[in-house]
Order: sequence, then C-alpha cells, then structure tokens
Amino acid sequence: MVVGTLCGMEFLQPATWAEAVAAKAAYPQAMPIMGGTDVMVELNFDRHRPEYLLDLTRVTDLAQWAPENGHIRLGAGVSYTRIITELGGPLPGLAMAARTVGSPQIRNRGTAGGNLGAASPAGDSHPPLLAAFAEIEAESARGVRRIPAAEFYTGVKRHALAPDELIKAVLITPPAGPQQFCKIGTRNAMVIAVAAFSLALHPDRREVGTGIGSAAPTPRRAVAAEQFLAGALASDGLWESRGPLPDTVGRRFADLVADAAAPIDDVRGTARYRVHALSVMARRALVWAWNDYREA
Amino acid sequence: MRISCTVNGEPQQADDVWEGESLLYLLRERLGFPGSKNACEQGECGSCTVYLDGVLACACLVAAGQAQGRDVRTVEGLATGDELAAVQQAFLDAGAVQCGFCTPGLLVAAHDLIGRHPGPADAEIREALAGNLCRCTGYEKILDGVRLAAARRADKADQL
Amino acid sequence: MSDGQKERGPVLTVPVRPRPRPGGVPGSEAGARDEGIGASAGRPDGIPKVTGEFQYASDLWLDGMIWGVTLRSPHPYARIRSVDIGPALATPGVSAVLTHEDVPGSKLYGLEIVDQPVLAVDTVRYQGEPVALVAADHPEIARQAAKKIVVDWEVLEPVTDARTALGLDGGAGGGAAGEVPRLHPGGNLVRHLRLRKGDPDPVADVVVTGEYHVGMQDQAFLGPESGLAVPAEDGGVELYVATQWLHVDQRQICGALGLPPDKVRLTLAGVGGAFGGREDLSMHVHACLLALHTGKPVKMVYNREESFFGHVHRHPAVMRFEHGARRDGTLVYVKAQIYLDGGAYASSTPAVVGNAGTMGIGPYVVPHVQIDAFGAYTNNPPCGAMRGFGSVQAAFAHEAQMDRLAGALGLDPVELRCRNAMAQGSQAPTGQVIDSPAPVEEMLRRVAALPMPPPAAWANGGAGAVDLRDLPGGVANTTHGEGVVRGVGYAAAYKNVGFSEGFDDYSTARVRLEVLAGEAVATVHTAAAEVGQGLVTVEQQIARTELGVHQVTVHPKDTAVGSAGSSSASRQTYVTGGAVKAACEKVREGALAVIQRRLGRSVPGLRLAGGKVISDTEGVVGELAGLLGDEVIEETVEWRHRPTYPVDPETGQGFAHVQYAFSAHRAVVDVDTELGLLKVVALDCVQDVGKAINPQAVVGQIQGGSAQGMGLAVMEEIQISGGKIRNPSFTDYLIPTILDVPPMQIEVLEYPDPHAPYGLRGVGEPPTISSGPAIVAAVRAATGLPLNQIPVRPEHITGTG
Repeated sequence: MVVGTLCGMEFLQPATWAEAVAAKAAYPQAMPIMGGTDVMVELNFDRHRPEYLLDLTRVTDLAQWAPENGHIRLGAGVSYTRIITELGGPLPGLAMAARTVGSPQIRNRGTAGGNLGAASPAGDSHPPLLAAFAEIEAESARGVRRIPAAEFYTGVKRHALAPDELIKAVLITPPAGPQQFCKIGTRNAMVIAVAAFSLALHPDRREVGTGIGSAAPTPRRAVAAEQFLAGALASDGLWESRGPLPDTVGRRFADLVADAAAPIDDVRGTARYRVHALSVMARRALVWAWNDYREA
Repeated sequence: MRISCTVNGEPQQADDVWEGESLLYLLRERLGFPGSKNACEQGECGSCTVYLDGVLACACLVAAGQAQGRDVRTVEGLATGDELAAVQQAFLDAGAVQCGFCTPGLLVAAHDLIGRHPGPADAEIREALAGNLCRCTGYEKILDGVRLAAARRADKADQL
Repeated sequence: MSDGQKERGPVLTVPVRPRPRPGGVPGSEAGARDEGIGASAGRPDGIPKVTGEFQYASDLWLDGMIWGVTLRSPHPYARIRSVDIGPALATPGVSAVLTHEDVPGSKLYGLEIVDQPVLAVDTVRYQGEPVALVAADHPEIARQAAKKIVVDWEVLEPVTDARTALGLDGGAGGGAAGEVPRLHPGGNLVRHLRLRKGDPDPVADVVVTGEYHVGMQDQAFLGPESGLAVPAEDGGVELYVATQWLHVDQRQICGALGLPPDKVRLTLAGVGGAFGGREDLSMHVHACLLALHTGKPVKMVYNREESFFGHVHRHPAVMRFEHGARRDGTLVYVKAQIYLDGGAYASSTPAVVGNAGTMGIGPYVVPHVQIDAFGAYTNNPPCGAMRGFGSVQAAFAHEAQMDRLAGALGLDPVELRCRNAMAQGSQAPTGQVIDSPAPVEEMLRRVAALPMPPPAAWANGGAGAVDLRDLPGGVANTTHGEGVVRGVGYAAAYKNVGFSEGFDDYSTARVRLEVLAGEAVATVHTAAAEVGQGLVTVEQQIARTELGVHQVTVHPKDTAVGSAGSSSASRQTYVTGGAVKAACEKVREGALAVIQRRLGRSVPGLRLAGGKVISDTEGVVGELAGLLGDEVIEETVEWRHRPTYPVDPETGQGFAHVQYAFSAHRAVVDVDTELGLLKVVALDCVQDVGKAINPQAVVGQIQGGSAQGMGLAVMEEIQISGGKIRNPSFTDYLIPTILDVPPMQIEVLEYPDPHAPYGLRGVGEPPTISSGPAIVAAVRAATGLPLNQIPVRPEHITGTG
C-alpha cells in the first residue's frame, strides 16, 4: 500500500542554511516547518496539503542566538523555552510573552521564527517585537534584507516575505528601559490571546514602543500613543527626573492605545471588549513600567 | 519515506511512511507504541507528550521526518523492566488514574519535571503540567501523585 | 439506622497513601490495595494504564484491518437531492462507499425515540449529520476519497431557537409560529413535563423573578470515538467499542443491520472518559456496515474536530423562574418555565426534561410548585446525556434565585437555604417522600465551616514581590492586584440516581468461584461499562467482601452476559454493585452448601472471610480453597432496585426516582473587575455518599465532577451561529487546565440509604451540579452583577458584550 500516490508530499531536510535557502529557491511553494506547532495542526486536520515540507530543524545555526553589534541576533529556530531561560534579562518583554505561549511542550518546540512565519494577528511574540523596534532578517538566493517589524505584517496571516525567502533571525536591540507584556485569556494556559499589549521604554532614544495583538487584522503599534507619551515625558522632563507620571498622561495614553485597535467580534471575544481590555492593559502596563523606571 | 529512530532505547524503523504523518502516528500505528494518545492532535491536550532528544514535546506536532535519527522516549519507556518509575507508582497510589487517557502524557511530563526539579512547589507543578488536560480527576490527585513521587525520590536520595 | 451512623461519626477521612517501607517492592503492600468495600483499593487496570499498555478503543489493532471515515453534512438543514459516490469508489485503495441504501434493517435508531437516521436518507437536520461512509487501506486515502463524494444539496433555513421551534413568542429564531417548519413528523415538541403541586394561586410576601441562560457544554472526554468491527464467519459481526451501555448499543445495531443479538456481539474496549457523550451510538453501526460489506475488520476513529460533531452535547437552556417566600425566608412557591434545546434528534431529551422538571426547584421544601419543562427539536446540534442531565441547568437558575431571594430578604444565603432544606421525610415536588437521609442543612453548614483559603497575599499593600500565579490572569500579567475583588458563593443541589419514571432499571452479574493453583479465586462478569469511574475496582471489592477471597478477576465486559444498564445516572455502583452482591450471595450460599456436605456435619453460622470458612460457634473451620476443591460455583443474577413509576402527565406527581443524592459547594473567586478575568481560588464540597465503597475513588469523582461544573460556569461553551458550531476544537472549546482548577477540600458524609446495597448513594453527578452555581454566586458577590448567563465571560463582567 503506497499512500504517496494519492497525496504526494515531499519532505526536504536541508542540513545547512545554504541548502535551506537553495531549497526554497527551487521550491518557493515549499512550506517551512520548524517546531511544527502551527504547521502540523494544519496537516493533521487536512487544512493544507503542501507539495513540499521544508524541515528546518537540521539547520543548527537557526537555533543559536548571540549578542552582535549592540543587538541580539535571535535565530529563527530558538525555542520559546530558551527565550525564557536565556533571554529573560535583556528581552524581558519577549520572555514574558514566551511564557504565555501554549504549554511547556509547545514552548519547547515553538519559535519566534515560526510565529513570524504564520503571522497570525494573535501571535504572542509580535507585540514585544514591535515594542522593541525589532527587525526581521530574511534571506533568499537573491540576497539578505532586513524588514522592520512594523512593516512585516501585511494582512491577516500575511507577511512581507517573498515566496523564495526564509526567516533567518530576528534582530532586537534590547530596549534601554523597562518592558511589559500583558495578554488576555479566558484560561490560564493554552489560550489564544483575546487581546495583548506590549510596552517598551527607550529612554536612550527618548522613544516609546508599543505592540497590540489580537485587536486588528495584523499586530500593530499604537503610534499616536507612543508619540503622545514620548512627548509628554520629554516636555515634563520626566526621562531625566524619573518623577511620578501624572494620571492624566496615563489615561490619555490608554485611550490612544485603544483608539489604535481595529478589532472584530469572534468566538474569543467582542470588539468592544478588546478595545476596553486594551485600554486597561495599557494603563496598567505603563504604571508598572514607569515604576520600574523610577526604581532603576 | 523510511524513518529510523531510537524509541525507548531500541532502534526502530518504518517504511512507506507518508510525509504528512506525525511522530504520534508513526509511534502508534507503525512502530507498535500505542501508549502515547491521540486526544486532540493539535497540541492542546498533551496526551501525546513524549521526550524527543530528552526534551518534552507533543508527538502530534512533530512531523515523522523530523524524528529521523532522533531519540524518542514514551510512557512505555519509563519503567525499568518490571519496576515502575516513581511517578507511575505514585500516580497509582494517589488515585490519580481514572479513565487514564491523559495518564501517559502526564507521566512523561511529571517524570520530566521531577527529573529537573526534585522538590517542586505546587505552583511549579501546575505550570509544568499546564499542557496536559485531564477531564476526570480535577487534577487534585494528580498533584498528590507528583508530590508523592517527589517525596519518595527525595527519601531514596537521602538513603544513598 | 441514622442514629447509629451519627454515633460513629458520618465524616469520612480519606487516608493519605502510606509510603512503602524502605526496601519494599512498590505495589506489593498488603492491606488496602486488595481489600473489600470501604477500602481505597487499587484499580485492577491501574498498572496497564500507567505503563501505556491499556488498550483503549483507539488503540485497537488487527492485521488486515482497514479504516472507515464518515462524510458529514456541512449544512444544519438541507434536503439531499442526490449523492454520487462514483469518483470516491473508483479511488485506488478504497474498498467501499456506503449510503442509507446500504442499511439493510431499520434506517432509523434512537435511545428513547427512534428518529435518527443511520445515514441520512433525504434530509439532514444538523451540521455534521452522517451522510456516507468510506472504507480504505489508510485513513488519509479514505478522507480524500470522501471529499470526492458529490452531494447535491437543497439548503434550507435552519430553525435555531427552541422557543421559536415551539411556536412561542419571544423566541430568538424569528418568524411567525405558522412559518416554522416541522422538523419531524410529530412536530417540534419532544416532551412537555407539567408539574403542579399545591395551590395554583399561592401568595407570598416577597417575590423574585429571573431569566437564566445556560450555554451548550460538551463532555469533552479525552478518548476520541473509536471502534473496531470484525466480520464473523457466521455472518455476524464482533464490535469492540468505547461506550456506556453495550446492550442498548446492541439493540440499535441489530435493528439497523437486521440481525439477531447473537449475531451482533459487543465487547467493551478501553474507554477514555464518557460523561454522557457515549450513551448514544456514534460509529457503531457504521463500522459494522463497512465490515460486513467488505468482509474485513474496519477501524474508525474520530479526530477531535469530528468528535465535536459525533456526539450529543448538554442541552442549552433558557429558564424563567419565580420564587415566592414569606418574610422569614420560608419558601411558599416556585413557578418555572424551562426550555431545553434538544437539537436535531431526540436522544435522551425526554428524560432530561423529566429531570429538569421534577427536580427543578433544588433540594428545598416548597409547598406550591408549578413547573413546565419543554424539550424542543431544532437544527442545532443534537443534545442528550451529560453528567447532571437537566439538573445542572435547573440548578444554575434555582441557586441564583435563592441568592436573589436572600438579598431581597436581607438574609444570609446559607441561612436561607438551611431554612428551606430538604431532609429525610420531606416531600419532593413530585409528591414523593424522601425516605432516606437527606442532610442538606448539615452539608451547607459544614461546607461553610471549612477553612477558608488564606487572604490574598497581593492584597496586603503590595509588600514584597507579587506572585502572578496567585492572580487572575496568572503569568499573562494582566493585573498585579489592581481591580481584584474576592467573592464567596454557596450552592446546594440534588440529583436522582438511577433511571426513573418507571424505567425497568436493572443489571446482571455472573460470578464464579473456583480454586486455581491452590487459591480460591472469583471472577466477576458484567457488561457494565468502566468509563474511568472505578467500577471495575468496586466489582472486585464487593466480591472480596462477600466471598472472602483475595484474588478477583474482572472478566472483559461484553454482551455474552446480560445487560448492566447504562454507566450514567450515577447508577452503576448501586445497580451493578447490587447485581454483583446478589450474585455473590448466591455463590456463597452454593459454596457453603457444598462445604457443609464436605464437612459431613451441620455447622451453624458459616461465613467466608480472609480465604477461610468460619463458623460463628467453632471459629475457623478450614481454608476455602481446601474445602471447595474441584467444585466451581457460578451464578448469574439479574438485579433490580425497587420500582419507580411514571409521573402523572397533568401534575408531574409520582414516585419517579429511586434515590436522591445531595451535595453542597462553596466557591471563593478573585475577580479582576476591570478586565472581567477571574481566578477560582477554592472550590470546596461536602457530599453524602451513603457508603463510600472506595473512599479514594469517591473523592476523585467529586473533584472531577466539580471541575466540570467549574468549566461550565466560567469557560466552556459550544458556540452556535445559524446552527453551525463555531469552535469545534480544543483551541476554542476551553476546558480547565491544572492552572485553572483550584485546590478542593472534600468532606464525605456517610448516611446510609437503607434501600440501597451497603447503604450507598450514587456519587458522580451531584458535584457537577452544585459547583458551577457556587462559583457564579461568588462572582456575583465580588461584582454586584446579576450574571444570569453561563459561562460567565469577561464581556458580562465588564459590560462590553
């Protein structure tokens, strides 16, 4: 009995990054698979029958991370578990998000690279990457390019990669100030975010980074909120003085974050709830981040 | 395709594996290891939890090809001969087994936890087992079982 | 009887398992592991379950077996104009493609009403209704072939609301009464239970009303629907299947296949949980049809998504309640209308309506009662048995009403309940007098007296680091204590045990006593489905106690012995336990007669214990094994509890239920009132089990049932839109994880029921009934919101629905 004649699928297993890039060039329709936490669900439930599966788990380079020129080069294949245990210092926002992903089993296999490849608006890694102004390094046989996170997500489960490109790494300069991440779920584990919010303070740049999840067609920044807060902190000399943050600033920030969302009603929650939840998370996250900044 | 891997310490091989199969299917339907279970096949229940190269994973989310050359350990590999592992005996003694469908996955996860954290606090136990659903027990006796296993291993270690 | 019990003290403490002595071989401890009733004996299937060797239905394997899959309707309501199976049949690797035309016997089956097609004939009435079957060498081939079957549909507008289906005003489905299609020849009413007791126009000082909504819960058993059908040489078929009642399955399969029972032989395969979801047929007839058609063994396994379509769910309910009381809190009357959405086919709807109606007021004494409970057909997914069976829905309403009344009267919620609590001698709303202990007040007072969880650490002004895991939202970091309020809630409930309203409820047990390898051993053979609850252990324990033997083999469960009835209605320990006990008594009688003959003289007062034959007057007379010798004593007994009777169709009065079981819960919940997220901090229960045959297993059942009630209260709902399930997966049908379920203090009372074997009371369902309402009461206490709908969602708490 040969099943393959009915539902042909080829399993490509490059041993090196160069081989992987070449394989994707030869078969742009190939579906990359790393931890499998998204791809295998699609296969198991017959949502997808790709002609080629491109297994990246043999490309050991992808599972490395290293400091490099002031930023962290996070290989696309580093598991969430390792992000939590090894990068909680420099990237606490991403580590907090990683801790909310699925379950220990999922975290052992799932990766930020895979999360980016799926580009779901609910992906847990996206808000902290946006807040940290991260860049995604994509490579193809045609060369390497860096895509700012804010430009990476182009639509619901759509990203800016060309069909022949693979995600090699995420480049993140650890924000100089405190980071926060909050995620709404109606259960304490294995839950897709109803809404999520990430915040990073960048005192060295006098900038604020934010990321909103599950409340728009794509993960997105709350740009007006960021600019407002950065402006308020600057004009009141708060970056330097680390004085108390006025309530009015916190409330306005929260409103602007909520305004940046464009959520829908779905099985997990209503649009009205998502907007409300974002404003509460934004206000609380700012209080916590500012308190951390004051005590630093 | 042909897949060769090690399962519970022994080399195993399967031919004519369809590329879209999971490690779970490989174990259950081709290699004769039905201990790992198929309650959801989407990583939401943990009933298929195995060790893959020593790290806890849901076998339903591992493509069969990804297991090529790797080391897999399932619930069938926890006991040593006739002697049950501490977690297995403890689950029995604590009444943590009702229908038992979640039990294999939970045992592997608990085995992993106690191996890494000999004296886990309740909060740690809960976070470590959060990926394993149980519908019968309400988890209380599972917690009893993990505590009992940890205590017994500590006793045993003290005696050495 | 109860006085004697009180002297002994009714509260059972479950011992912590003793640790093995150093150097001892694990598992070999004598004592509790092989004792009789009342001990926390170990499960006979425990070791295989922890080594992964236990064979569940989805683990079945036979050389040469092929795989079956089901083609299901994507439409909630449609006519089938034609079905073209040609392309599917032509697919290499496919052995068979079957439709209703291939069903040789009755095209319809059903538990109570025979209304459900084996395979759709010309109409489908729910999304997921089976239309065709495919058998092939590999499940993937079968799946892809099934996609090639072409069905020409005439899609119809589904009926999606129970009250609309019944032609009542206020239904959400829209359309005037005359326009609602009759989904079945007899119309859309499955059953109307009418209960009238006392004064039709009672007067009360204080009246509270409410409308309550309960969402559709799923049993979510972990083991997927599975079975293996093997064609037999005699033209019959052997079916290995995970199920709750072998004989009712057999009856329906025989009907569909046109075969007599001796040609349709069922064996219970390992069951991965049931909770009511396996009481109806799933792939039983399908697998048999494919096996008989192809001449090969056929295995069918549903994946989780298909499982959501492959079994019945809990009836969603809309309920209107009116409670009237005197100033001092004494209940005067309850009026209620309960609408249960039964979905496309009847399943157990008539019995669920009966339960919701006859027990809809809760464990309280109420002189004047008017209840109308309705079960309706709609094009929503079929609903049927789920643990709690009608009482769950009613309890949500009656407990909310009791709290509302307490508020209106300025009374403590526990006090109000105690003032009206049922007790032995009270009259139920059916007019039935409660003729065994019913310690409702005591349970409420005991649960209220249990130690409370410590005050929230984070509430003490934030001194020291906050542990997120103690907070609503947990490590998802949604609060560090901001907005969090703690609430406490109480609830009490009761449930009938056994099949009611005149059903011939019985079980059959075959017990055999013989000497093997010099030891007296017993074998117990019943068809009673072990679904995880520990019935196999109970069967062993009863045989050990009654026959004084240590080694008891539980024979595989199959249709070679008579029916044991269903593993549902919390009835197996009572009814199958009763059958095993009765069979053991007959075996003992026979064995003692043999032994008397062997002794050659009359020895008074002989009994069996500890493997010995003991006389009241002479002490130990000999070893059972020695005295029994070659003799094999075997008895088969069909055992019934005392009868119940149908209720009067106009008044709902009658001796409907053979036994009631009671429980009380207290819940402590921390609510993030700004985000609507919550954390159940404690969920404690007091339950009277009459006699705990296996204390450890009893506590495990209470904890598990409590977790299921919690799930319904705060997270579980099959969401339906236009008759379609929006969340058929564990991704979005959320059941509680170990991070969600709190510690549970369980106090077990033992007030024996004099009418039941060993005085025992059914255990499994009450904890599922009083747990959810206690949790919602706690959330109401924390938020001040009425919360008339479950599951409670963040939108309800934040007002952003």
